[in-house]
Amino acid sequence: MTGIVILAVALLVAAVFAAYRAHVDGRFTPDHEPAGTTTWDTVATAVPGAARGSRATLVQFSSAFCAPCRTTRVVLADVATKEAGVNHVEIDAEQHLELVRSLHVRRTPTTLVLDAAGHEVLRAAGAPRREQVLAALSAEAVAR
Amino acid sequence: MTGIDPRGPRFTAAVTTAVLAAVLVSPPAVATVLVALQAALFASGVALGVQRTPTGLAFRTLIRPRLAPPAELEDPQPPRFAQAVGLVFALVALMGYLTGAVLVAQIAVGFALVAAVLNAAIGFCLGCEMYLLLLRVRGRAPTG
Repeated sequence: MTGIVILAVALLVAAVFAAYRAHVDGRFTPDHEPAGTTTWDTVATAVPGAARGSRATLVQFSSAFCAPCRTTRVVLADVATKEAGVNHVEIDAEQHLELVRSLHVRRTPTTLVLDAAGHEVLRAAGAPRREQVLAALSAEAVAR
Repeated sequence: MTGIDPRGPRFTAAVTTAVLAAVLVSPPAVATVLVALQAALFASGVALGVQRTPTGLAFRTLIRPRLAPPAELEDPQPPRFAQAVGLVFALVALMGYLTGAVLVAQIAVGFALVAAVLNAAIGFCLGCEMYLLLLRVRGRAPTG
């Protein structure tokens, strides 16, 4: 009898979680960094050689065992190629745990949208669709 | 990376869901045997990769020929890691059943079932997503 209850609860929990993920995944929401150094400065210190975009930068955190990270990489790299002034920087979370912590990255993939000055404006967890990325880039705070 | 059809692991997860649901509605003696069987399936996935499990082979020979080719291939490592996570849950459940701690066993099966049904339904990989959290808890990466 308890087994049937546990089965029902498990299926309900799964349904609720799936609905939550459908809502959250790939959705870019405003995220403002604390005053002080810009997000780009923080990233550039940890990842020397990374290049910022003149219009915007898409910073992607990835990790091993992450199939959606590969999808995200394809989408962001494609957008960066086709949109002028937009760079894509991919960071291996495992190699930069201090960055993961200081930027409060909890999931991979996480995509940060930085404006031309290197301030973080938007971020999305989960794999974004191409149109979500393009909409994020034309969001007023980024395009300014 | 030699990719695999991403629908294969999801078919395997669907079979896992069915087995674990059967475990929860079965009397303890039957449940124990089914959990042991599922643990063996997980172990084969860890050892050989999910595409070489009995369910993976069944997918390749019986189901995939009836489907259109996949839109893209995926890395087999994340599903393999997920099999390891499933194995841990299954072994906890098996120990529970063998020691008469049926409720503990059923709860472990419940967790595994949530992960399996989410994987089958929306391609969500619990083990993969836990990997970053595990890294953060573990502390600095060995390579610094």
